Amino acid sequence: MTISPIPSLKKKQIYELAESGKRIDGRGLIDMRKIEINTNILDKAEGSASVKLGDTYVIAGVKFEISEPFPDIPDEGILSVTAEFLPLASPLFEAGPPDENAIELARVVDRALRGGKAINTKKLCLIPGKKVWTVWVDIFVFDHCGNLIDASALASLCALLTAKIPKTEVIGNEVKILDEYEPLPIESLPIIVTIAKIGDKLLVDPSLEEEEVMDCRISIAFVEGKDKQEHICAIQKGGRGSFSYEEILRAVEIAKVKSQEIRKIIPCGGK
Amino acid sequence: MERKKLISDDGRRLDGRRLDEIRPIKFKIGVLKNADGSAYMELGKTKVIVGVFGPRELHPKHLAVPDKCIIQARYHMAPFSVKERKPPAPTRREIELSKVIREALEPAIFVELFPRTTIEIYAEVIQADGSTRCAAISAASLALADAGIPMRDLVASIAVAKVDGHLVLDVMDEEDKYGSSDMPVAMMPSKNVITLLQMDGMLTYEEFKKSLELAKKGCMEVYMKQKEALESYFKNIKEEK
Repeated sequence: MTISPIPSLKKKQIYELAESGKRIDGRGLIDMRKIEINTNILDKAEGSASVKLGDTYVIAGVKFEISEPFPDIPDEGILSVTAEFLPLASPLFEAGPPDENAIELARVVDRALRGGKAINTKKLCLIPGKKVWTVWVDIFVFDHCGNLIDASALASLCALLTAKIPKTEVIGNEVKILDEYEPLPIESLPIIVTIAKIGDKLLVDPSLEEEEVMDCRISIAFVEGKDKQEHICAIQKGGRGSFSYEEILRAVEIAKVKSQEIRKIIPCGGK
Repeated sequence: MERKKLISDDGRRLDGRRLDEIRPIKFKIGVLKNADGSAYMELGKTKVIVGVFGPRELHPKHLAVPDKCIIQARYHMAPFSVKERKPPAPTRREIELSKVIREALEPAIFVELFPRTTIEIYAEVIQADGSTRCAAISAASLALADAGIPMRDLVASIAVAKVDGHLVLDVMDEEDKYGSSDMPVAMMPSKNVITLLQMDGMLTYEEFKKSLELAKKGCMEVYMKQKEALESYFKNIKEEK
């Protein structure tokens, strides 16, 4: 994603620094920026969280809606993730329907949550084949300073963790929504870690400047399975360049360690 | 939910394939008259037609880049390519796939040779039976070659899935639907680099490594077929003259 024309001098500087294991903002190659999570920041949303990853700032909100299940999974609730890159988040974002970057981001977050079985969607079934809960996760990007994917995935997960779903009573074919709430059935915590390739170096959590000049990136989601083992639950390569096998395996190993670190700082609200 | 077994006890898949066996591949190059380059691919029952235009002038002009050519790709599924009619307007899935397909092909193209221009790649899926993005990529790189666009290597693509606990190569629709993971991979085989990698589902690190190995083997097989197709196509052109 090109946000602004960057002088080739800066590109050279970023590559040379990476070569000697350094970064333009003083971080080490596998250091994340500071993460700040706030949960339950909104009353009207059933769940909400904001994440600051360095200066990148996103808010995720959760809403529920009763809808018809998909015909091929009649006994499971539905997870739906969208992302809006707001015009105030970057001089080059425009108002209008989500572009390919916003769509990609939402779909990668969706795959991590789904693949990692974050929500027990079976528990969101109200009347099999007829009525289920749809969980809407809407991601709003307020400040784009690099690595929107990781920040958005974290905000979405934290918003889901704080979300309260109304209890219901099923009478025949009718669902009565009660004025009592319970936490969403969250069963695992998938965490996405994005790694940029700069020359032959791998940089965790790329800043905007690094994203603008990187060869390509890979986002890897890890989740702790029921067997207490770490599992990969989503991968997405992005950008114009290519990775060697060794680089991919190295990136996966780094992401495994980093995702465990991030998971430790998640406030497990409602649990 | 009750469903049929996808892998039989003797290690055969629904269509009789072994776990590491790809479906029959058919390539046809130069299938369209108007496009600068084109190719058709059958990967089992998956059928894709790709047309390429360019390098040519980019419109609107302000999008042009002074030091390279802009690659544009569109992946699209015909309404009749799937069981339930799919409305023709592009879905979120198709928009994402268009992006990753473009990014899978771009590393192979010498974009710096054609400043201020564009190369447009249009992939139409006319029948979908799994691995449609892989077929689109494999066919697109032949269409690019047919258009005479200089490339570092062909891009070959294949998917690996985990189905009933087994890793299988070249994923068909039912394996994608009921399998527990799906991982499409594209690579430039003689450069030994990966240009597309996506995964959803659940894999351990060891399974991921094995999947990647399996994908490498599959890409190599697709690559051989691509080269064969190119050779026989250009040989025939020569003989016609």
